[in-house]
Amino acid sequence: MDETVAEFFRRTILKIPITEMMTVLKAWDFLSENHLQTVNFRQRKESLVQDLVLLCEEKRASLNDAALLDIIYTQFHRHQKVWDVFQMSRRPGEDIDLFDMEQFKSSFKKILQRALKNVTVSFRDTEENAVWIRIAWGTQYRKPNQYKPVYVVYYSQTPYAFVASSLLKSNLPLLGQALTVASKHHQIVKMDLRSRYLDSLKAIVFKQYNQNFETHNSTTPLQERSLGLDINIVDSRIIHENRVEKERIQRVTQEIFGDYPQPRLEFAQYKLETKFKSDLNRGILAEREEPLRCLVKFSSPHLLEALKSLAPAGIADAPLSPLLTCIPNKGMNYFKIRDK
Amino acid sequence: MLKEDCASELKVHLAKSLPLPSNVNRPRIDLIVFVVNLHSQHSLRNVEESLHHVDASFFLGKVSFLATGAGQESHCSVHRNTVVKLAHTYRSPLLFCDLEVEGFRTTMAQRLVRMLQICAGHVPGVSALNLLSLLRSTENPSLEDL
Repeated sequence: MDETVAEFFRRTILKIPITEMMTVLKAWDFLSENHLQTVNFRQRKESLVQDLVLLCEEKRASLNDAALLDIIYTQFHRHQKVWDVFQMSRRPGEDIDLFDMEQFKSSFKKILQRALKNVTVSFRDTEENAVWIRIAWGTQYRKPNQYKPVYVVYYSQTPYAFVASSLLKSNLPLLGQALTVASKHHQIVKMDLRSRYLDSLKAIVFKQYNQNFETHNSTTPLQERSLGLDINIVDSRIIHENRVEKERIQRVTQEIFGDYPQPRLEFAQYKLETKFKSDLNRGILAEREEPLRCLVKFSSPHLLEALKSLAPAGIADAPLSPLLTCIPNKGMNYFKIRDK
Repeated sequence: MLKEDCASELKVHLAKSLPLPSNVNRPRIDLIVFVVNLHSQHSLRNVEESLHHVDASFFLGKVSFLATGAGQESHCSVHRNTVVKLAHTYRSPLLFCDLEVEGFRTTMAQRLVRMLQICAGHVPGVSALNLLSLLRSTENPSLEDL
């Protein structure tokens, strides 16, 4: 086995946490049960990895097998990447042939290989007619860099593709072109939507987030419930003076956010290009003709749930600004705001 | 607080700010506890605004401040001294308790029920004003320095 491939195997396997090692290797399905039984999984990780690499060498594992393993690792750790969302479109009135996955894959690969001699393209089919694509980029003169791959998750029955951002921005147009042509679309556009949580992005874009009606609790924040401040608890000795207002807030919040768990996003960014408006006359900023450039960014481990609990927690008025509440509906978390 | 054994009938009114809605009949209020969340400037401002609506007679022992969140120093945006000064300005006791911790919560509830019983006049021989002077001398010796 080529030294670089062996090293690639070593580094890929080394990334896998010991607790997941068996699961990932089984999902990979390159080393059979019998093979795996010959390895001692209780030894120190470096030795275990060495044994596994030797085993791969014995079984003549190829670069493609290693790439496949990398895909599986990434599928298990999808939250480690930041995903962008792209939407493709067809010309109006264009015929939509039946989608052929094999044709798509071969077409996609050919387009990239024709443009860039050195590129490694690997595929893994998953459920819901989706395919995970891994692309390692090289140049005309350099072999592909296996340690900075780009991942694309394409749902073939939809016009959407999710791309894990790569540092190599220069290859994005080519990638877009390959995706568009291979899937028989006409145009591809990057949406203003980005997050680590691929499943949440899916839920937003496929409008599936409002279908989970499991027993998700009311809009009473967790804090209030644990401190016994939930207005829904009936104890005649607790009188909520602001009951009417609290109920209104709960109602409004529920109307806007619904009863279901919100999709998970980490931030929302608003780029303001509006003129400064002030109540105070003659402020230093008030007299300018040019728009005030300002960036407002909201960050949270779970932005939408945090926004949902703002009004019930008494930190904001209900209803919240539509700029905040439109995020899942519009499928955007990057906004540019200009004066009308 | 309601879980505590108490010979008298205990009612808790929760309000997010004062003044209270005026169209309601209420029994006499014996103790007002202003809860300040040290993690939130909004909370402090709210309490400061609400204090203006409290009749002066309450400040003779029937008002107390409760600051929560001091345990998570990194989340505090209100300085400890700010609430200490606030309590000093209004001549009322200040208690610290992380309400999110069950054990602290129970202890604080017990204290408040005892204070409430005294303020309501249900403990013979001790009045709200007595309690106030007791609390002042033992708990806040350095207030004069502020």
